[in-house]
Amino acid sequence: MKVIVTVKRVVDYNAKVRIKADGSGVDRSNLKMSMNPFDEIAVEEAIRLKEKGKADEIVVVSIGPSEAADTIRTALAMGVDRGILVRCDGEVESLAVAKILKSICVAEQPGLVITGKQAIDDDAGQTGPMLAALLGWAQATRVYRLDVSDRTARVERETDTGLETIDVCLPAVVTTDLRLNEPRFASLPSIMKARKKPIEEKTAADLGVDTTPRVTVLGVKEPATRAAGIKVESVAELLDKLQQAEVI
Amino acid sequence: MTSLILAEHDNNTLADSTARTITAALQLGNSVEVLVAGDGCAKAADAAAQISGVAAVLKVDDPLYAHPVAEAVAALILSIASRYDAVLAPATSTGKAILPRVAAVLDVPQISEITRILDADTFERPIYAGSVVQTVKAPAGTKVITVRPSAFAAAAAGANAPVVVTPAGPDPGLTRFVGETVSQSTRPELTTAKTVISAGRGVGSKDNFDVLLRIADKLKAAVGASRAAVDIGLTANDCQIGQTGKVVASDLYIAVGISGAIQHISGMKDSRIIVAINKDEDAPIFKIADYGLVADLSPVLQEIDLELARRGYA
Repeated sequence: MKVIVTVKRVVDYNAKVRIKADGSGVDRSNLKMSMNPFDEIAVEEAIRLKEKGKADEIVVVSIGPSEAADTIRTALAMGVDRGILVRCDGEVESLAVAKILKSICVAEQPGLVITGKQAIDDDAGQTGPMLAALLGWAQATRVYRLDVSDRTARVERETDTGLETIDVCLPAVVTTDLRLNEPRFASLPSIMKARKKPIEEKTAADLGVDTTPRVTVLGVKEPATRAAGIKVESVAELLDKLQQAEVI
Repeated sequence: MTSLILAEHDNNTLADSTARTITAALQLGNSVEVLVAGDGCAKAADAAAQISGVAAVLKVDDPLYAHPVAEAVAALILSIASRYDAVLAPATSTGKAILPRVAAVLDVPQISEITRILDADTFERPIYAGSVVQTVKAPAGTKVITVRPSAFAAAAAGANAPVVVTPAGPDPGLTRFVGETVSQSTRPELTTAKTVISAGRGVGSKDNFDVLLRIADKLKAAVGASRAAVDIGLTANDCQIGQTGKVVASDLYIAVGISGAIQHISGMKDSRIIVAINKDEDAPIFKIADYGLVADLSPVLQEIDLELARRGYA
């Protein structure tokens, strides 16, 4: 079975984003960029499927600027076989991403697509289910445990009330949650080897997808800040304050 | 203009997130209809019909919806979506799984996790773990929106809308529900609790966590956790608060042994009063806390528990 895994190049989770002076958007210049952490988990899960003999080829797809090739190289160094970079400058909305991925899935015929449950920049969490819907496939979001058989996968997923177990027909789209696995670090030899692995470059137009944004971003701003509080010296003082505020 | 709201329920009771999503839908200036899809869901449908502002409840009572399987519920919504100008769901694990499928098939972008409605087309939503607030204008066409429940008050009861029996949608037959492990708790539900006490990595041991649970019971508080506390196994995943977990806006939020990474703060910073207890006086959590207490956690948790008992909290 072929597995497709998607990766997004995002501002590193430790970097502090700044708002552009004119409030039109986020200033990403000079910020450290990394693979979306949920996508790292997706890459790791795909590699484990291959190590277990459940997958025979893993293809990584990234949609973004030319620098997204670095993100693809990271996945290749972890153990993915080949990459596809769909070159797009500027914001690409989730629906357009899903359409691009659909087009790739139609051509590549994977048995499973693994995406992150959300990207930590736009926090939209749409791509996986949108892709599944466009393909008419089953989905499993927020996956905590994945067990792939021939024609189905048994999935445990994290829900607001606990864990849910479902069987999904393959092909399917699954999206990763934090506790699915712990992604590996690429070794130096595998980083060297990854340089020789192929990355195919395409454009959205090649795939017949219009990536013009449809949602208008009118602006961005800092959230309301909280006034600085006080330090209390003792438990008794703390409980006094909370009783005065009538919250306990 | 008419909105359809996907209700979240367990067949008998309606989740509070539904009433909060109804508040958001009413701000769109629309007539609001609520879809209650379940198996033996008459009570939940009746509860929805009593919420102020609801014009009608569509009750779809069928074994297909015994569990909210995303493919089936999305197909049901799509079978009736042409009647509506907007489709909304609470941004819960269920709503987030279902609504993007609806948006994709309708070929409209989804607006995820709105926190404020400026007008019928314009919304605020957090990005970058809530460190930035984005204002977006939706394009023409059906609006598909998930609503962050903690950002909207719950609509009150006080109506008596008709409950319209509605046929089931198609069965996509793609997914089979096998089972679930629901965290059993007698404590309040986390996202709607008035008081939340949360454990971080600093709580460290199960013994300390047990004292924290005793404090929670005395304060009738829900128990939350940082990602780190879930990762080390102190508590279950459904307690996680933050960017990738739940979002709370409680009257009182007590963060115990939580350093205050932006990914956690994004899930609790809209609480009214925040208390931080941490042994590291430089922990970032103190910058957003109304009351900070620098202390070793093991003795201070014991002391809080005893002091609450002394003051009559049982």
